[in-house]
Amino acid sequence: MATTAEGFDAHTDDHTHHGADHKPSFFARWFMSTNHKDIGTMYLIFAIVAGIIGGAISGIMRAELAAPGIQYLGWWVNFMGGEASFDANLHMWNVFITAHGLIMVFFMVMPAMIGGFGNWFVPLMIGAPDMAFPRMNNISFWLTVVGFISLLFSLFVPGGTGLGAGTGWTVYAPLSTSGSVGPAVDFAIFSLHLAGAGSILGATNFITTIFNMRAPGMTLHKMPLFVWSMLVTAFLLLLALPVLAAAITMLITDRNFGTTFFDAAGGGDPVLYQHLFWFFGHPEVYIMILPGFGMVSQIVATFSRKPVFGYLGMAYAMVAIGVVGFIVWAHHMYTVGLDVNTKMYFTAATMVIAVPTGVKIFSWIATMWGGSLEFKSPMVWALGFIFLFTVGGVTGVVLANGGIDDNLHDTYYVVAHFHYVLSMGAVFSLFAGFYYWFPKMSGRWHSEFLSHVHFWMFFIGVNVIFFPMHFLGMQGMPRRYPDYTVAYTYWNEIASYGYLIMAGSMLVFFVNIGYALVAGRRAESNTWGPGATTLEWTLSSPPPYHQFETLPVIEEHHDYHDHMSTPAKV
Amino acid sequence: MESTFVMTIPVRFAAHFRFLALLFAAVILAFAGQSAVAQDESLVPEAGTVGEIEPAASAEVADSDAVAPGADTDGYEYYGPEMIKGQPTSFEDDAGASMTFQDQYSQNGEYAQWMHDSILMPIITIICLFVLGLLLWVVAKYRRREGVEPSRTTHNTLIEVVWTVVPVIILVAIAIPSITLLARQYETPPADAITIKATGYQWYWGYTYPDNGGFEIISNMLSEEEALTRGLPGQLAVDNRMVVPVGVPLRIQTTGADVIHSFAVPSLWFKLDAVPGRLNERLLTIDEPGIYYGQCSELCGARHAYMPIAIEAVPMARYRQWIAAQGGTFGDEEEAAPEAAPLQQPESALPDAPGAGEPATVDTAPDGAAALDTQ
Ligand SMILES: [Cu+2]
Repeated sequence: MATTAEGFDAHTDDHTHHGADHKPSFFARWFMSTNHKDIGTMYLIFAIVAGIIGGAISGIMRAELAAPGIQYLGWWVNFMGGEASFDANLHMWNVFITAHGLIMVFFMVMPAMIGGFGNWFVPLMIGAPDMAFPRMNNISFWLTVVGFISLLFSLFVPGGTGLGAGTGWTVYAPLSTSGSVGPAVDFAIFSLHLAGAGSILGATNFITTIFNMRAPGMTLHKMPLFVWSMLVTAFLLLLALPVLAAAITMLITDRNFGTTFFDAAGGGDPVLYQHLFWFFGHPEVYIMILPGFGMVSQIVATFSRKPVFGYLGMAYAMVAIGVVGFIVWAHHMYTVGLDVNTKMYFTAATMVIAVPTGVKIFSWIATMWGGSLEFKSPMVWALGFIFLFTVGGVTGVVLANGGIDDNLHDTYYVVAHFHYVLSMGAVFSLFAGFYYWFPKMSGRWHSEFLSHVHFWMFFIGVNVIFFPMHFLGMQGMPRRYPDYTVAYTYWNEIASYGYLIMAGSMLVFFVNIGYALVAGRRAESNTWGPGATTLEWTLSSPPPYHQFETLPVIEEHHDYHDHMSTPAKV
Repeated sequence: MESTFVMTIPVRFAAHFRFLALLFAAVILAFAGQSAVAQDESLVPEAGTVGEIEPAASAEVADSDAVAPGADTDGYEYYGPEMIKGQPTSFEDDAGASMTFQDQYSQNGEYAQWMHDSILMPIITIICLFVLGLLLWVVAKYRRREGVEPSRTTHNTLIEVVWTVVPVIILVAIAIPSITLLARQYETPPADAITIKATGYQWYWGYTYPDNGGFEIISNMLSEEEALTRGLPGQLAVDNRMVVPVGVPLRIQTTGADVIHSFAVPSLWFKLDAVPGRLNERLLTIDEPGIYYGQCSELCGARHAYMPIAIEAVPMARYRQWIAAQGGTFGDEEEAAPEAAPLQQPESALPDAPGAGEPATVDTAPDGAAALDTQ
């Protein structure tokens, strides 16, 4: 930032001279890691593996939905070790939608955003040598891995009408309690316990790190916006996940130990579960998107060669989104039979979120306004993010209206909406961040050409998949259906073709990574030029194994508002 | 309409085969590790597997979708396919209609659709185009040029206030009709509203008529072939429709017998969850006689997609005829039971009540549950 790059380079040299770059043996380095960059790398690899599995499941689903009737589910039942039958085939469908949702939320987006980019770049951006609790960082990661294994294991044990948990990622009681006999749902729930515990530990780690380990002179109001987004996200995790943990623990005891928290016959209430779940679940959607906001802010500023417009407004818009995100949960439950006043309140409160979100969208555009824009790979993904997140956001305003939602609730319109904000919002920001930091993390350049091919194919693919789903939803097609009446065929067929385009783009992505790792050009310290002003660009690419043993100093007069006044030299 | 249903399935199925073969190649790669588990005979059921659900076979008497002349029972004749009003439209039939809401047949539905089409859609379309336009503008105008220095502007209080306040105004403009719509939807049904209770079972619906003797109609999905032979839409047609009077307020109650289901009819803008242990209630008035289709809209297990809803709305005289044909009664006929219509009929509101899933009267409810279970 304000301090000169030479200073940091000098420190870096110091490290190497004093053997700070000495790395432990393979096992100690990757299995007992306490290094934030190594753990971040493991999180990213883990998220990519989980993303391949979750994405393959969406391929299975799009194949099945390409035409009316049940085509392939029986084949999959046999493939997974079960015995195909009418109910087992349909159960397989429910297992797929459940696994796809849980994997993408808990084992792809969250590990990539928070575990991957958060671990890698929060310490680097605030000028810290590592996370505050390096060993806890390690535990967080391995809990997530074990959670994923528990989820995969659940696919092969009985879950009621077939193998696997077929409850949907929401795990609503009583379908998840009395409605699903067999251990599959227990394993799926346990998987959430483990992943949730990992995330809570990670959140405490981030909060402690950000509050205590900032470099001298870096006040909260000078922190890069990505660090701000991680701070808000960590608080959301810390407050929301324990509620999920409680709710799913109650499911476990309802299932196995005779309690009746969610069973009306014993004085419980199935709707109580939904309140608890969505008290977690709504903040969860912001947990998945806020780090993306942070990354997009960094990227837009970098490639506009201009400081972020309205820095404080951007930071506090995220805080506002986080706070309001906790008091809108029942908009996921408009049809359970809420009281009219409750529904009016949640309608109004939900629409309020559009205001800070709008501030962010317009501030990004204002950041570019008057800038000197360069359309490198991270920038095109960030631009795609801004537009597609807007599209997903405005359908959110439609759904916020309790009376309108009466028709759209649990239809494909909702599927379209949340895939526009996640599969396009969160995932576009993930790819933007990936291309932004890949040269920094690996020390190798990816191919800009392939990155742009990836972008355009992915952009077209996901829009072809998800835009027609708005039509299907308005026409009344319910979600979580493996089969439909023939009138819905056309748009489903189109959506399935979109999947092929999207899948093709992912091949380009993997080719690009493979190429970069094998033959990529060596990356310089500051890969993106004078627009990239945060501290990670002052370090070598990849950064030394330990960085900032002598803390960088952020100069007093400097703040984010005009951090371009003394551009870092490279 | 028949031609669409009959023709499209095989054609589309074949057309998809190449796409799916490609897809599988990719998917199998991802799952290669598990290939040992795979069985050699890949059991791929045919497209028409739905036919395996043999719906209530004994639906001779109350089989409402039977359009044969002989279907007339005690003077009541069920509507034929020409009376279908609430169902999805295929792209081939009407591209425009396949991209928006189904036509609405209740006043609240019309109001909601008006609000969506005249307020929400224009606003969100303008916002999207506005953001897209700004993005294209900055992309074109501010692309990097040699010798052009980027501006240093990071604040502009006026514009920041504007882009905070204008969205607030827009949201208030949306909130006013939105709150109005909610208030209308939650109007308390008048005392003389006719109560009909929809109970969700795994995986069919039961319709109880507490105001008319408390009998329960069990409604199962028709098999694809059966529906098509009768000229009805597959996966929406049922053996016994929920018959209701048109133009009068209905007190629709929903509850679940086992897990949560959701009673949803898109063309009436109506969706209410059927939650075990709860009795949800909502006012519904249907404008026109006709058949309105819907589907279960809360994940309820394996056959979630196979428990459709079909409402047959008929003039009051016909409704009375139908009630009589089911052996039901009317409060005004039997003064002996003035309060014959309690809001709750505990008989099948309780999941374990003997009535749940079984016919209330011998000749009204075909043995749907048993027929399903023997499959
Ligand atoms: Cu159901």
